[in-house]
Amino acid sequence: MVFLEFEKPLESLTEQLDKLKQVSEEGDIDLASTIIELEKKLVEKRKEIYSNLTGWQRVQLSRHPERPYTSYYIDQITSKFVELHGDRFIKDDKAIVGGIAKIGNQSVVILGQQKGNTTKQRQYHNFGMPNPEGYRKALRMMKIAEKFNFPVITLIDTPGAYPGMEAEERGQAEAIAKNLFEMAQLRVPVLCYVIGEGASGGALGIGVGDRVFMLENTWYSVISPESCSSILWRSWDFKEVAAESLKLTAPHMLEFGLIDEIIREPVGGAHLEPEKMAKTLKSHITKQLKELMPMDPDERIEQRISKYRKMGEFEIVGQVKE
Amino acid sequence: MGWFKRLKEGVSTETINKKAAPDGLWHQCKKCGETCTSKDLADNFHKCPHCNYHNRITPELYFDIIFDGGKYKELFSEIQSKDFLNFTDLRAYSDRLVEAKASKPGKEAIVTAVGKVKRRELVVAAMDFFYIGGSMGSVVGEKISRSIEYCLEHKVPLMIISKSGGARMMESAFSLMQMAKTSAMLTKLGKAGIPFFSFMTDPTTGGVTASYAMLGDLNFAEPGALIGFAGPRVIKEFIRKDLPEGFQTSEFLLEHGFLDFIVDRKDLRERLGDLLHFFRVDEHVDDLAPETENIAPIQTAE
Repeated sequence: MVFLEFEKPLESLTEQLDKLKQVSEEGDIDLASTIIELEKKLVEKRKEIYSNLTGWQRVQLSRHPERPYTSYYIDQITSKFVELHGDRFIKDDKAIVGGIAKIGNQSVVILGQQKGNTTKQRQYHNFGMPNPEGYRKALRMMKIAEKFNFPVITLIDTPGAYPGMEAEERGQAEAIAKNLFEMAQLRVPVLCYVIGEGASGGALGIGVGDRVFMLENTWYSVISPESCSSILWRSWDFKEVAAESLKLTAPHMLEFGLIDEIIREPVGGAHLEPEKMAKTLKSHITKQLKELMPMDPDERIEQRISKYRKMGEFEIVGQVKE
Repeated sequence: MGWFKRLKEGVSTETINKKAAPDGLWHQCKKCGETCTSKDLADNFHKCPHCNYHNRITPELYFDIIFDGGKYKELFSEIQSKDFLNFTDLRAYSDRLVEAKASKPGKEAIVTAVGKVKRRELVVAAMDFFYIGGSMGSVVGEKISRSIEYCLEHKVPLMIISKSGGARMMESAFSLMQMAKTSAMLTKLGKAGIPFFSFMTDPTTGGVTASYAMLGDLNFAEPGALIGFAGPRVIKEFIRKDLPEGFQTSEFLLEHGFLDFIVDRKDLRERLGDLLHFFRVDEHVDDLAPETENIAPIQTAE
């Protein structure tokens, strides 16, 4: 198990518990009551820590190395998954995985950024940072969905679109812009879930939908707290402050009306009970599809656009001309 | 050679006592280093007379260049930024706003206007780099959205002049969502068959490029403008390599297929006139009538 810095109190408790269990198993002394008490203490401590997370702590949790990624959820939630590859122009971007699958009886297109569980996998998936091909691959899948009337489900988890030279040459900006444009007009339901990191345009590039949800311990922002610190504070040392200032947590995003709902995670984070998390997600998707599938496509698109139309805070000053 | 050598080290003149050339008489080019008078610069569309470097200019100067007789009507100037997140970095966002508003009263990082170009109506939304780096926040998204609605209602083409460092970080996810908002609204313009021209000027980066700037029916740019998604400094730090000469310039984007053409600022008005002629929405304009007769009775903004 990996413990994050703010989880240190849990680490010592877990260690104690493990030791007690070991001693107990060896059969010398009956420690059952002590173990139960300690387990209780662990649960309480965890609840206590997790009920008061700072923005930065959520960011850390969203990057937890054991956190379930897109491929895990696809595997758990869907059946008969057929992975699709390539953008038909340049190559197959491994930072985005997706394909056609069944959720219950419903055929869907499901896709998202994939990070990878081992160092090797992480490199293979480019740490979940798509190149333009990735966004074009995603759009190609979404267009298939539109043509055959499958709803689209996107799982967002990226530290950002890849900031490389080739990405610029092949039009990173154009690829993302095109997706925003096309997703706004997709004639099928589009559900977006932030399952980890929602960093900037790289996240939004697969994130325009009828409904957008965030898992409890994720973040969504115009910039990562580190980059924000480096630009606005001119130093890398203010990431915690930046994370607070950016108000990037799920509760903030809900309060701002920029997302539709928060999906609760098991106490301690999705990685502690990934199967339970996947189950929650699956039943949530099923419920959403039931609501969105019967709607008239034009009406759905109109609602989608007017939802985004309303986003923004400003003031009206002085007299309105005319 | 005592005449040329300082006899005493550490002699320095207080800034206040330094004699500077009066501001605004001469201009030294940022690119080639040559000097010219400010008048010559202004007469040359604020381009260097020696190397044709296009200096960054304000929306108002673009309006003067573009619109017939320099006449136009400003739209939606009542929409202003506010610090709704209480964002504070090294400075408070509210202070930055106060300062920006003081330097350009009633303006924002984008100024929107309607006027006529060669007798045809055009709505122009021009970004202002001198207003918090031309950063895209809620106001930019809202003014673009309202411009689109105006274009839909009056059947007028739209041009956005991009000049921005990207999204306004002090508005966090709100500024991010302006990318989705403007792109979604542009689909409406597309469906109605109303042309949208995206004109990119130095610099066009970040979330602005990755939304409306790249979504024109036609995309074009001024020569030598920096245009990209990630900024050059970010890329350089990330890949730990120097970037080649000319990387992310207008010419680079043209070569890689992301621009339709590059247009010199002195030709902008003529070119727009041609485009509006091709993409005619308004069929009633008599192309043969003398230009001056058709200048609409539009009041200027100020």
